Amino acid sequence: MNKKFFPYIRPERYPHRLCPGCGHGIIQGAVIRALSELELPLKDIVLVAGIGCAGNITNMYIKADTFHVTHGRPLAFATGIKIGNPKLNILVISGDGDLASIGGNHLIHAARRNIDFTVICANNFVYGTTGGQLASTTPLGAITSTTPQGNEEAPFDLCALVQAAGGSYVARCSVAQPQHLIRTIKKALAHKGFAFIDALSTCPVQFGRRNDLRTPAEMLMDLRKKSVSVEKASTLPKEELPGKFIIGEFCADLERTWSGYRES
Amino acid sequence: MGYRMLKSTLAPGLYFMQGDEAVAEGAIAAGCRFFAGYPITPASELMLHIVKRFPQVKGKFIQMEDELASIAAVIGASWAGMKAMTATSGPGFSLMMENIGYAVATETPCVIANIQRVGPATGQATRVGAGDIMQAKWGSHGDYQIIALSPWSVQEMYDLTIRAFDLAERFRVPVVLLADATVGHLWETMEVKEELLVFDREKAPGQPPFDTPEEDGVPPMPSLGEGENLIVSGSTHDGFGFKKVGDGAVNERLVIRLSKKILNHVDEIWEVERHLLEDAQAAIIAYGIVARSAVRAATELRSEGKKVGLLRLKTLWPFPEKAVKGLSEQCGKFLVPEMNLGQVAREVERVACGVKVERLNQVDGEPIFPQKIMDAMKRLIS
Repeated sequence: MNKKFFPYIRPERYPHRLCPGCGHGIIQGAVIRALSELELPLKDIVLVAGIGCAGNITNMYIKADTFHVTHGRPLAFATGIKIGNPKLNILVISGDGDLASIGGNHLIHAARRNIDFTVICANNFVYGTTGGQLASTTPLGAITSTTPQGNEEAPFDLCALVQAAGGSYVARCSVAQPQHLIRTIKKALAHKGFAFIDALSTCPVQFGRRNDLRTPAEMLMDLRKKSVSVEKASTLPKEELPGKFIIGEFCADLERTWSGYRES
Repeated sequence: MGYRMLKSTLAPGLYFMQGDEAVAEGAIAAGCRFFAGYPITPASELMLHIVKRFPQVKGKFIQMEDELASIAAVIGASWAGMKAMTATSGPGFSLMMENIGYAVATETPCVIANIQRVGPATGQATRVGAGDIMQAKWGSHGDYQIIALSPWSVQEMYDLTIRAFDLAERFRVPVVLLADATVGHLWETMEVKEELLVFDREKAPGQPPFDTPEEDGVPPMPSLGEGENLIVSGSTHDGFGFKKVGDGAVNERLVIRLSKKILNHVDEIWEVERHLLEDAQAAIIAYGIVARSAVRAATELRSEGKKVGLLRLKTLWPFPEKAVKGLSEQCGKFLVPEMNLGQVAREVERVACGVKVERLNQVDGEPIFPQKIMDAMKRLIS
């Protein structure tokens, strides 16, 4: 990593503990670059994560206050932090299992409140830490350790979910397009409401090897191949959309901000 | 920092108040300015009073989506520098258990008022019970110590809530105000004094927030946003919060310190009240609303010439062993009336070797009345 980013990290903690080829490292790099480019004071940033591989994106590596909480609850903890001290800039980075399954209720309620968080869902479609089990984001037909015959349940469209619940900035990125990810994180950090990024990531170890995507490169190429932009998707016939990942902004209602929790 | 006297926010004097409201007033007096909660009978009145009073003291209230979120928000707010609390009853208390363990492990001061109703499960939402005594101590996984207090009057709902905040901040531990529905819904007069004792968090910039070489065992506590690069984690961690999930010695050191910082200071924590015990040959050991019946029963029995007294437990956890053990050297017989099937009675049996411990249990959603305690005591001493 370029030395100019050293003030943003705890260099002595590297190399990080993510598996080789894990897309979460790209998310970590994108977050550090976004923070550095925005020159946000690290003192006011609180990183909040739950349990799972995505907890390792922030925990111990980025040099800011870090809160590593119980499984599924980062948004609930963050709500107390933000209301307790509205000056703090809350960046929640956690996994799809943490935010959308066990913590799904907190996700829709934090979005409904449009509370001023930036939430990055490091979405690798699977429970990585615990051995590659089915997630609520696993694509139809995909093999996981608990769906050896292929997943028969429809996955969440997290962007549609958060937008419907009231999030005011909603976007999807993938680690196959890191520059777009950095730009989107910067926009989300600057937004003064509930900003949600569904950051599609790769897990060659637990997901790829069960789904004919054995190498990190194959996984990234697959993500890129299946990605279409919001603009292009709007021109495609409906039957072509299943199996595609629609990348871009779904909602950027920058006027709708969280006014700070009233001093009740 | 540390203990100091603070002027009461409420004008000193007498107030006619409900128990749940008195908890809210005690919290405000102690400096609590963050409350997150979820509606539940019979604790909702507490939240409603907070909503009414917080605007006057610039407090921050949020109604969360469930009890897991309520206690999570309370822990978050505590780390943001607030004195914070939530209130609930049995089912909500069950939902909070995992995060209470997180608060223990991360040494987060917070107060949880559990206005107990009769269970298990949904039970009878509007009726009283005291079935959560063991859950308060053992409900979250792993080995830990916690503090739980048991008020018997509206006055104590106020006083012990203040004390709960002081103990939470002093020892960096969640404190449970283990009240019951009858005390919660009781209306009576309480007195607000001019000044009260409060404890404010100790700070020591640069020092490890999760370990201390001091015998005391309670590290200083920074807040988020103070530039300390805090790492707050429920995983096994070293003094600066760095995860040490492969090092058994670090876990052992942490778990033992978390326990000892409470157990080495029991004399600062334990509170009991003795009634008519001077020459007593048999004693009732009671807590909460049942102790109100018990003091009446003891007084009546005294008037009949029976040498009976009451040991009232204001602290339930850590269990006030010294007082019970001391009394067991004086009295040969204990009666433990409880609105459960025998929870504190087991602790009494454990501590008071050689004393006959008689249980009086009732789980019909009613408080235990004095006559029933008198009858049981007469049988015990006859």
